[in-house]
Amino acid sequence: MKAAVVTFPGSNRERDIARALKHASGVAPAMVWHADADLPAGTDLVVLPGGFSYGDYLRCGAIAARSNIMAAVQAHAARGGLVLGVCNGFQILCEAQLLPGVLMRNDRLRFMCKRQHLRVERADTAFTHRYAQGQVIDVCIAHGEGNWTADADAVARIEGEGLVAFRYCDANGVVSPETNCNGSVNSIAGIYSEKRNVLGMMPHPENLIDALVGGTDGRGLFESLATRMAA
Amino acid sequence: MKARVTVTLKTGVLDPQGKAIEGALSSLGVEGVTGVRQGKVFDIELAHTQPEAAQAALKDACERLLANTVIENYRVEILS
Repeated sequence: MKAAVVTFPGSNRERDIARALKHASGVAPAMVWHADADLPAGTDLVVLPGGFSYGDYLRCGAIAARSNIMAAVQAHAARGGLVLGVCNGFQILCEAQLLPGVLMRNDRLRFMCKRQHLRVERADTAFTHRYAQGQVIDVCIAHGEGNWTADADAVARIEGEGLVAFRYCDANGVVSPETNCNGSVNSIAGIYSEKRNVLGMMPHPENLIDALVGGTDGRGLFESLATRMAA
Repeated sequence: MKARVTVTLKTGVLDPQGKAIEGALSSLGVEGVTGVRQGKVFDIELAHTQPEAAQAALKDACERLLANTVIENYRVEILS
C-alpha cells in the first residue's frame, strides 16, 4: 500500500493516522507537507488528518482547502484515487468541494469530545469492507464544527445514491435525535463521493486501534484500506 | 481603493451562534430584539483604480474563498 498523509499548519492527528496505517498495512505512509505541489509517485491513498489547520481561521478547513497540495489531491481523486478526510480533513474536503455540503457549528454550541457509536451504512467500499453492513462500531468524536448540512437536493442525492458512510447511533444501532451528537442532517457522520473513492468523516477511527487505549473498532477501516490496496 | 465585504448566512440556515447571542441579549434585558444572525465583515484595500475592476476582483475573492456559497451570501461595497 502506498499511502500519503498530508500535514497542514495546525494539523495535529497526522501521527495517529500514520500509526494506524502502519499498524494495518505494515508500511509507514509518506508524510507530505501542504506546500508541496505533488504527491509521491504511485500514491494509492491520501489522508487529510484532523486538527485545526490554520487555526480554523475564516471557516474550518477553508484555507487548507486552497493550499498547494490540494490541486494534486483533486487530480488524484479525479483519477479514482482514494482520499480519506477525518475531522478537520472532512471539513477540508467539503471546503475543497470534493464532497458536498458543509460542517457547521454543533447545534448545542459545544465542543464534543467523547466516545460515540456509529452505524456502518455499507460494507462494500474500499474503506469499510472489513466491517459488516449495519455493524455498530464504538469510536471517538472530538469536534466543535461537525454539524453536516447541505441543500435539500444534495441531501436527497446522497441518501438516494447510498453515499452515507456512517450515522451516529446508540449501542444497538438505533439512530434517533438523542444519538445525533451534533445536529447533522439525518445523523450523518460520514459521506462518500459519487464514485465512493473519497470518504469524509467527523469521528476518529485512528483513536481506536489499540485495546490498551480503549478499543479496536477503528481498525476495520484501516485494514479495509490496507487489503484493498495490497490486492 | 477601499471596500467592505459582508458575508451572512442564507435565510433558513440554522445559526446557533446567533441564537445564543439573542438569548444573551434577552438575559441582559435588552428589549425588543426579535432575532440575531451572525455574519462576517472584511475591510479590504485594493490597488485598483477602476471600481468595475475592483468589483470583479472582490466577486472572485468571495466566490473562491471569503464565502461558502452553500450556506452564505455575500455583499460587496466600494467605500472609497
